[in-house]
Amino acid sequence: MHTVTLTKGVPDFREGQVSFDEDGHLERGNTPTVMNPNDKHALRTALQTKVRHGGRLSVMSMGPPGYGDVLGEAMESVYADELYLLSDRELAASDTWATAITIATGLQKLDETPDLVFAGFKTADGETGHTGPQACWCLDWPIITHVIALDVNEDEGTVRAKRLVEGDIEEIETVKAPMPAFVVADPEFEPTYRTAGDRLTLKDLRAETRERAKNHEEHLTTWDHADLNLDPDYIGLDGSPTIVSSVDPIPKAPAEREATMVNPGDEDGMNEVFDAMAAHAGGER
Amino acid sequence: MEATTMTDEHEHYEAVVVGAGPGGAAAAATLARNGVETVVLERGVDAGSKNVTGGLIYAEESAPYTIDGLLPGFREHASERPVTDYYIHNIAGERVKTFDITRGHERDTEWADAVLRRKMDSWMAERVHELTRETGGGLLTGVKVNGLLREDSEGRVRPSDASSGEQSDPRDGEIVGVTCEELDPIEADFIVAADGVNSELARAAGLMDWEEPEEWFQGVKAVVDMPGDAINERFGIDDDEGEAHLFSGDLYDGVRGGGFLYTNESSLCIGNVFHLDSIVAEEAEVQDLLDALLTHPLLAQWLGEEYNEREYSAKLVPDSKKAANPSPHEGRLVLVGDAGGQMQAQGPIIKGMNHAVTAGALAAEAFVEARSRGKPNTAGERYEQRLHDEGVMAKLRPMRYEIASAAGENDITTNLAERLLDSPLGRAGVRAADTAGLLGQAYGSPYLATMMPDTKTPYVTLPTIIAEELGTRVADDTTIEPPSLGERIGELTYDTDVGNPHIVLEDDSVEASGAAVTACPVSAEGFGGGCYREETVQSNGDEERVVSLDTQPCVECGTCAIVADTQWEHPRGGKGVEFREG
Ligand SMILES: Cc1cc2nc3c(=O)[nH]c(=O)nc-3n(C[C@H](O)[C@H](O)[C@H](O)COP(=O)(O)OP(=O)(O)OC[C@H]3O[C@@H](n4cnc5c(N)ncnc54)[C@H](O)[C@@H]3O)c2cc1C
Ligand code: SF4
Repeated sequence: MHTVTLTKGVPDFREGQVSFDEDGHLERGNTPTVMNPNDKHALRTALQTKVRHGGRLSVMSMGPPGYGDVLGEAMESVYADELYLLSDRELAASDTWATAITIATGLQKLDETPDLVFAGFKTADGETGHTGPQACWCLDWPIITHVIALDVNEDEGTVRAKRLVEGDIEEIETVKAPMPAFVVADPEFEPTYRTAGDRLTLKDLRAETRERAKNHEEHLTTWDHADLNLDPDYIGLDGSPTIVSSVDPIPKAPAEREATMVNPGDEDGMNEVFDAMAAHAGGER
Repeated sequence: MEATTMTDEHEHYEAVVVGAGPGGAAAAATLARNGVETVVLERGVDAGSKNVTGGLIYAEESAPYTIDGLLPGFREHASERPVTDYYIHNIAGERVKTFDITRGHERDTEWADAVLRRKMDSWMAERVHELTRETGGGLLTGVKVNGLLREDSEGRVRPSDASSGEQSDPRDGEIVGVTCEELDPIEADFIVAADGVNSELARAAGLMDWEEPEEWFQGVKAVVDMPGDAINERFGIDDDEGEAHLFSGDLYDGVRGGGFLYTNESSLCIGNVFHLDSIVAEEAEVQDLLDALLTHPLLAQWLGEEYNEREYSAKLVPDSKKAANPSPHEGRLVLVGDAGGQMQAQGPIIKGMNHAVTAGALAAEAFVEARSRGKPNTAGERYEQRLHDEGVMAKLRPMRYEIASAAGENDITTNLAERLLDSPLGRAGVRAADTAGLLGQAYGSPYLATMMPDTKTPYVTLPTIIAEELGTRVADDTTIEPPSLGERIGELTYDTDVGNPHIVLEDDSVEASGAAVTACPVSAEGFGGGCYREETVQSNGDEERVVSLDTQPCVECGTCAIVADTQWEHPRGGKGVEFREG
């Protein structure tokens, strides 16, 4: 078995980490990059598959060289064997289409064709959920989405999955597909390790990876457009049919009150604060 | 919705060991060395995180197995200081008479080391995991075994839970495996219940019960922080030396039992072990009895001015004389260590860990032998035979005690002994015995210790009279102030299983369950932050006193399984209290 999980670095949207400019645009340079939180569903599915069926677990991402650390994070959390980064200036500003082409090409370049590719539910920044299905479409492989349970039959070369079908009522359907195939896990997917054997394998993997993740660079392969033999006209900005015409910033709540900063060490300033507060001490505003 | 395991077959291992204390570790290491595919299931987040001991681990010369023999490097990596000096202190008020019992302690002792269980058990677990992993098994933490898997006469395998209230007797059918909270059922050819004093497996098999307070002790202790240098200076020892001190007399309000103090590398273990029936009878607040020891002026020389308690903990201790099951097996299941009541109180000296180690290794050996003869089903009988042949059962249930107790544990003899001792004649006898050196010898005699009747006389009256007649007044004043119960609970780490209490109070009347309010080590009369409380409720216009339970601060000692009317279980894997010292 060889599985590849697609992951993406996204800006860290947590309070205190993210930074916007005056116009409300994200300042990528000042915002740390972290693993797309929604990719954890894909990674957990991949890990469960590795625990149950063994084999190689690779993680692939497209992005700037700095994404290597994001991949290192993924290596630690799912005990990945290998990391692949598709990175090059020509690839910058790709839309989901150009990204999909690049990733599909990267998947084809692997020495061992993956049996399963796990793609994230959607990303925390773009929120399109397109990249995985589009890459799959490029490769002409089947794709199963909204997966909540997975069973691989290696002898048959098939994957069977339970998927959530959301409609007026929630339904669960079971589908089967030949491998290689794409799998998009639903956030409802909960990996379960209900046998001692699985838990012991997990324990082995954890011990093995602890060392490996320390030097994750050594397990990282970086490919640029030349390695991938991609024509710059079909990738990056030039290859992106989608134009983001404008991004509407979420308007800031207008400030209704004026604030004055006072240094707590400044005695006069503090006295003013106390006076101001004293005026309201009776309960008026 | 669960991911599918699309098969009904149970996972199978040759051996399943439940619990990674000294008993489980010894069993698993021995099984693995003999090539038996062994899986070890431990409920704590980490091995040792659920365990409490005093504790001195003994390597007895007469024992067929010792822990460093089974797990080389044990003394170097898992233990604290060796015991190089051993004293017993008889206390009456501020008068103390001390005997050096080092020589008695050294008899049949190859070595004895102080240990802290978190460090000890987690070190053992790593070794055991390495050994068992090579057999295709391994050690898992965070997994709680919650029952036995049985096969009925028609070959149907199903879980049997003694508390499930099914129509048919849940104990029908052959034991073929275990059921777990976190895992699917596991079948095995050999099942070692090394799950400690509150063994749910022993009870599910009907091999032990939780009925009689007389069969148990309760241990309560504090781990006190103290830099190694300070220990060396205050006890007058070197880094590679250690001391053990025992305490008895009138400082415990007449509760039968005694105290201990052991030196670790950079901490002290100080605690008490009392007969549970005596705690109940005296309605003793056990945390106060710990404070009585901690604040006794005798301890001032060692505790100094600053008292920093790292951890407060408690656990039941079986009294093998009464509780050890002489035939601790049924079918493929064997009981090892505390689970089978194999905890020997040799007078004030407590030996549980060493016997758990021996029993674990003997059980493993019995299975290996049975398997090699093609009769794995005979492992249990062979184990029982080995316990007998190696003299373990004779230590656990000594004949001498059975005879002596018949004579010495009735009211008439006790009253007689008490009156005689307290008479001028008795007191003169005590003085004469001391002059002749007999008292020191007696305290050092394991032979006499095993005969000691479980009455007030040896625990309270005799030590008190010795101290009154022969003792000297302690000069020091104590200045330390132990933490309150609320502070002690506040310092402990809990991962509460919210909405899933592991103990359920079956009968909330004061008659049935009121004893827990004082006997529970994290509850006290008038204290609202503990597990057990007595409350007044209005019913039909009448006022009624009832007992209520909140399991959040529970330290899982097991006391209320016996002294109150409860459905008692351990929390699920990884849940509940987490001891960092033990
Ligand atoms: C205060 C005190 C002082 C003591 N002093 C001494 C002393 O000085 N010397 C001495 O030798 N002995 C002493 N003892 C006794 C000694 O601690 C025990 O006899 C010894 O720990 C027994 O070992 P064991 O392996 O049988 O059980 P334990 O050490 O109790 O180990 C049982 C293990 O099983 C696990 N477990 C329990 N239930 C389950 C389940 N359902 N599923 C999975 N895992 C489970 C527990 O988490 C634990 O790790 C003392 C005890 C106390 C409380
Ligand atoms: S509630 Fe019961 S088991 Fe828990 S600490 Fe109190 S007496 Fe011990």
